[in-house]
Amino acid sequence: MKLLVGSLQLGLLYGILALGIYISFRILSIPDLTTEGSFSFGLSVSAALTALGHPWLALLAGMAAGAAAGAVTGILQTRFRIHPILSGIITMSGLYSVNLAVLGGSPNLSLVRAPTLFKILPFLSKNEAMTVLPACFALLFLALVILFFHTHVGMSIRAVGDNEDMVRASSINVNGCKILSFCVSNALVALSGALIAQYQGYADISSSTGILVVGLASVIIGEALFGRRGVTLGFISAIAGSLIYRYIVALATKYSPLPAYMLKLVSALIVALALAIPAVRQDFGTAALKRGGKTHA
Amino acid sequence: MLDIQNALKVFEKGTPSEHTALNHVSLHLDRGEFVTVIGSNGAGKSSLFNAICGVFLLNEGRILLDGKDITFEKEHRRALTIGRVFQDPMKGTAPHMTIEENLSLAYSRVMARPLSFSPSARQRALFRDRLSEFGMGLEDRMKTQVGLLSGGQRQAVTLLMCTIVPPRLLLLDEHTAALDPATAEKVMEITKKTVEKDHLTTLMITHNISASLTTGNRTLMMDSGEILFDFSGEQRRGMTVDGLMKLYSVNRHRVLDNDRMLLM
Ligand SMILES: Nc1ncnc2c1ncn2[C@@H]1O[C@H](COP(=O)(O)OP(=O)(O)O)[C@@H](O)[C@H]1O
Ligand SMILES: [Mg+2]
Repeated sequence: MKLLVGSLQLGLLYGILALGIYISFRILSIPDLTTEGSFSFGLSVSAALTALGHPWLALLAGMAAGAAAGAVTGILQTRFRIHPILSGIITMSGLYSVNLAVLGGSPNLSLVRAPTLFKILPFLSKNEAMTVLPACFALLFLALVILFFHTHVGMSIRAVGDNEDMVRASSINVNGCKILSFCVSNALVALSGALIAQYQGYADISSSTGILVVGLASVIIGEALFGRRGVTLGFISAIAGSLIYRYIVALATKYSPLPAYMLKLVSALIVALALAIPAVRQDFGTAALKRGGKTHA
Repeated sequence: MLDIQNALKVFEKGTPSEHTALNHVSLHLDRGEFVTVIGSNGAGKSSLFNAICGVFLLNEGRILLDGKDITFEKEHRRALTIGRVFQDPMKGTAPHMTIEENLSLAYSRVMARPLSFSPSARQRALFRDRLSEFGMGLEDRMKTQVGLLSGGQRQAVTLLMCTIVPPRLLLLDEHTAALDPATAEKVMEITKKTVEKDHLTTLMITHNISASLTTGNRTLMMDSGEILFDFSGEQRRGMTVDGLMKLYSVNRHRVLDNDRMLLM
């Protein structure tokens, strides 16, 4: 029971991360390595402000921090034409120092005595809040991104990811669209980090290691279930994928003989396999054609 | 309307592969003119369009649209008033978005209300109306992803995207060349109707010489980055494909390279 509830809570919190990853990875079709940096940026900013007694402001500031990180990557990529992967790596590396600075020079910060959101809600015990809050945030932001990507700007961003040439030839500002979507994507990633800090009751910079792969795994698992049909379903399946990923993790750590530290390797394998499937399928198809050709010849 | 003054475009200037794509071209278009453009491969037809759209900047010369100097204006700013359809049906639409989403993208670009939801019910009704004029049954498939349509259907959607808000200038770059003959004819028919409806000022590149003489009201022939002939009125009415070929060889002292041009 505890396992089920815990995975549900984490699945929802990391589901917000998956929404962000879906935007960069699927809508823009640009894998964004800023993610690890912006996740811990949200995490550290949120922890620092919560420790000062401002848990709500912590979330807002965390999101703003993520958006700023995304803007940097976006500007490096568009205005200065640096390779997308490299732009992300640059921002991520730079953020490492920034995050340490935000946490006062140490790699972690405890919030045991700080008033996290989960402790201060009226009418709800801490345990209840730990389920209710993640659910509210995940649903709220799910609705917001779905709405956003049906507005004119949101559709312009989708078109940029779908056919950049066409958008360049139309009157939409391609670079502006890209920068904006990196902001939105990383704001969500950072919000996920900001909530996780308060949920766990501590911030640890190393908790962002491999977080991009976690997000990708969620998106891919979701697509395996729901297929790839439009953004609305895409966002829903990203959250569903995140929930399922957490259950897999929980089961794996409980029942598998592997030690917990093997988890990242397992996630990486899941992602690699899922991404390899289309190519493997195609090769099998070609092989079948060749065999067919021979028998007919 | 459109005024191109002494446009010069040299690619790879100063290298051994230096190439003059536009050689001091001047062109004036009046409002409502429907001009066809012909010329062999590499004559500079697409380069002329690229210059007008701002895909690249000119080495020399100026471009004015409705009296406004747009020589240095950004491509996406010019696209507000210039519509363009390419030969490749894949180029003009977003394949994973629906017909109505593509149209709405094109439609709302003019009134910049970034956070409005689109398409609105009013827009949908308009799109349905305009699509049904094409007689392709597209009005019943507005929620279909454009990537699932045939080349001709995609070109029709692209054409509507470019004209649903009438542009000051419409540029068609061999937009039927990649289609099978029957479809090409259908798309050409739609094109003529659309241009006539709003009296659009249009430049249309075609490889079909005889069609170029019967479509629209003026014909340009480009060669080696220059506008070689400019026919309209009586002179154009009297022109035949043969006459044009003869005129070309007399002028250029060589035979028109016509591998890709149709001489029907
Ligand atoms: N971006 C470019 N860089 C270098 N050369 C180009 C470029 N675009 C066009 N050219 C050259 O300019 C000439 C004219 O091309 P284009 O305008 O596309 O001819 P067409 O009349 O067939 O449309 C060609 O020789 C082409 O190779
Ligand atoms: Mg061309």
